[in-house]
Amino acid sequence: MSMKAKTRRVDSVTVVDISGRITLGEDLTELRQLIRNLLAQGQKHILLNLADVTYIDSSGIGELVSGFTAASNQGGQLKLLNLTKKVHDLLQITKLLTVFEVYEDEATAIASFQKATRV
Amino acid sequence: MTAESEVIELTLASTLKSVETAEELTTEVCSKAGFDEEEQHRIGMAVHESMINAVHHGNKNDASKQVRLRFQIYPDRLEIHIRDQGTGFDLNRIPNPLEAENLLKVSGRGIFLIRSFVDEFRVEKLEGRGTEVTLVKHKNSRKKLA
Ligand SMILES: Nc1ncnc2c1ncn2[C@@H]1O[C@H](COP(=O)(O)OP(=O)(O)OP(=O)(O)O)[C@@H](O)[C@H]1O
Ligand SMILES: [Mg+2]
Repeated sequence: MSMKAKTRRVDSVTVVDISGRITLGEDLTELRQLIRNLLAQGQKHILLNLADVTYIDSSGIGELVSGFTAASNQGGQLKLLNLTKKVHDLLQITKLLTVFEVYEDEATAIASFQKATRV
Repeated sequence: MTAESEVIELTLASTLKSVETAEELTTEVCSKAGFDEEEQHRIGMAVHESMINAVHHGNKNDASKQVRLRFQIYPDRLEIHIRDQGTGFDLNRIPNPLEAENLLKVSGRGIFLIRSFVDEFRVEKLEGRGTEVTLVKHKNSRKKLA
């Protein structure tokens, strides 16, 4: 039930595969730390794969926003991949689909970061 | 409003564990009351957010303070009452998380989500006895998102 996050590298992008519940608690602190660490190490292209996220609450949504802002402030980008219907609906009603870049296909998501670097 | 109701009541400590317990019980009560899985999920989420607010904002994470959770199942609706030992808040003063200047805030979406998931949401300050929020979900109301 609790959250798991694993990172892998695809080209210039760090993909974070997250599964389980992104809800208030220690797991959320770990996710924040993970994203902050990536940024501190200069890995500024971050793609959160939410395919296996079963549940997200207001704190979890806040953490996604916080990661997004931290990445942007450091000249990086944080994008989302594979939203389940539940997560999609929540980001929709909170208007955050207008904030996040969201992808349904990993290759397209990865390519979108490359484009950004060349500009 | 005199229709008979079945009451299920529980007193919980102000911990995250209690939030989980409340959610599990909510799912059970909702299925008993005849709500389908999608509605169970939404009502469960509304209770999750209300419980966290009661523990965090109401009881200031003081585990010795209690949260009282009461379900009342009526023939036409489910009412959920969540009472904390805090001093309450004014619903009219809560910023709208959809406003452009609030979109990138890391918090302030809980009550908005609760309101999207249930049909009625009320807050009442009980003199000397804390604060109670009430969530009402009508049966067969199929509230649509967005
Ligand atoms: N039970 C409560 N007792 C006292 N104040 C509360 C209570 N519930 C909510 N509030 C107040 O209402 C505000 C809005 O609550 P809401 O759940 O929408 O956002 P949040 O808890 O601040 O952040 P989020 O839920 O997005 O993590 C809170 O910041 C708090 O000031
Ligand atoms: Mg809240």
